[in-house]
Amino acid sequence: MAKKATREAYGEALRDLADKYDFVVLDADLAAATKTGTFKKAHPERFFDTGIAEGNMMSVAAGIATTGKVVFASSFAMFAAGRAFEQIRNSVGYPHLNVKIGATHAGITVGEDGATHQCLEDVGLMRSIPGMVVLSPADSIESKACVEFAINHNGPVYLRFSRMAVEDVFDEATYKFELGKGNLLKDGKDVTIMSTGIMAGFALQTAELLKNQGINARVISMASIKPIDEDIIVKAAKETGAIVTVEDHSIIGGLGTAVAEVLAEKSPAVLRRIGTQDTFGRSGKPADLFKYFKMTPEDIQEACMDAIKNK
Amino acid sequence: MHNKELEIKAYNIRKNALTAVYSAASGHPGGSLSIADLMAVLYFDELNIDPADPDMEDRDRFVLSKGHCSPALYGTLAERGYFPIDDLKRFRQVDSNLQGHPEMKHISGVDMTTGSLGLGVSAACGMALSGKIYKKNYRVYAVLGDGEIEEGQVWEAAMYAAHYKLDNLCIFVDSNGLQIDGPTADVMNSDPIDKKYEAFGWHVIKIDGHNYDEIKAALAEAKTIKGKPTAVVMKTVKGKGVSYMENQVSWHGSAPNEEQYNQAIAELDAHIAQLGR
Repeated sequence: MAKKATREAYGEALRDLADKYDFVVLDADLAAATKTGTFKKAHPERFFDTGIAEGNMMSVAAGIATTGKVVFASSFAMFAAGRAFEQIRNSVGYPHLNVKIGATHAGITVGEDGATHQCLEDVGLMRSIPGMVVLSPADSIESKACVEFAINHNGPVYLRFSRMAVEDVFDEATYKFELGKGNLLKDGKDVTIMSTGIMAGFALQTAELLKNQGINARVISMASIKPIDEDIIVKAAKETGAIVTVEDHSIIGGLGTAVAEVLAEKSPAVLRRIGTQDTFGRSGKPADLFKYFKMTPEDIQEACMDAIKNK
Repeated sequence: MHNKELEIKAYNIRKNALTAVYSAASGHPGGSLSIADLMAVLYFDELNIDPADPDMEDRDRFVLSKGHCSPALYGTLAERGYFPIDDLKRFRQVDSNLQGHPEMKHISGVDMTTGSLGLGVSAACGMALSGKIYKKNYRVYAVLGDGEIEEGQVWEAAMYAAHYKLDNLCIFVDSNGLQIDGPTADVMNSDPIDKKYEAFGWHVIKIDGHNYDEIKAALAEAKTIKGKPTAVVMKTVKGKGVSYMENQVSWHGSAPNEEQYNQAIAELDAHIAQLGR
């Protein structure tokens, strides 16, 4: 199957939805990388570069949104959620404006650029802003659906996209995005692997590895990190007794934390979290970085075995 | 509106602002008083707005980028009829919509939520850009403090507005020379403000921020400028209109006690009485 990065799907979705919806797109000199350039090429009159000034971009986006328009503002996750956090909180989040933050190059899969550009904190940062919707789609199909959802949603949305190409896990003909709902990719009863974003592929591969050991794993993809699907988490806790979260993000503040919050309050179960630990990223090829940070399917498999053992 | 009438409006705005700060026992009187004359001209002579239809699509926009001077904005909006003047007595109270800093979702007439310095002027740029994109005739005004412009984002916005030729944007820099920690010249010298904006490609007008002819002339001149935004650098007196507050940095962010409040109101009433003669 052909591979595609979710950032590619983001740019294509903006381009393809431009005739159907009225919105403008801002970028901070990274259009070629965030793929808003795909939109810019087709609709230059609705694309506005802010130059390398992410803070200004977020507040400008808010200003445009006050006039009743939908605005996409894009940069790398590091400079959108990180550098411009306060502008997003105060100019966009607090007045609950229709700004959609298209953040690409999230996580260690940025690769060679290294720690300064590998944002491992953005989900935690964005999740903490009242009223902010946080979406981390798994593949190109889900990415496009998330963009269309964001356009129609009244309020701010943080969209998390990745640089690394991945295979699709969903079927375009049947996929439908629903806010606050996880997607069951594979049913199972012994353990639940719960991934977000492009880690869905690893989650499915892990399920195959476990199958060879006679373990029947459930696999759930969680694009909607906020709001989160409490029901699917509680059901997984009750029916499988053990959950392993998988994300290209720090285990502090991301999906692992969000799932832990639900489990602790609603239905305690054994939990293991795969992601970067309390550490910065580093330069390297994504495949090598997954090994370095113990995030490969084999690592996930080990975490599953440990979780099952401790039920 | 005649200058004399506007000046009376400005003194009422000052009274409203001080009533809000006194009632809350907190807030920022100094920089509210320094912009009261400008606020009177904007809201009673210049802006295309309708208090009965605060969200009118093609209205002129106003952004108080130095959001801590909300008493001046709220005092002006109340004076203009957006909400009852009595509401000002609930400023900063938990059961009131009048937040410490301007909040657009629940306060009639507030076009942008501000308070974190430097963010408002960028939002004003976004409003102006939207006006250009969708071919609207409204104009966008913003007021910044001379301390606020120490924020780097102000200069990101300055570059941005000039780049996109936002001639529908006119900002006022309230140059009262004082910020919380002392004179701007000592804390972080932001002078020369006019030359900075000129270098960023703006049309710059220097005025006395308490002279009505000059404020009106600057607003008229800004409308004639095509292809670039206008920055009006206005020299003002912090605490203007209340003798013991003028040019005193201690009144940047502290509230008067009962005796001080009564004296301030008496002084402002005396100014109004003199103008009314």
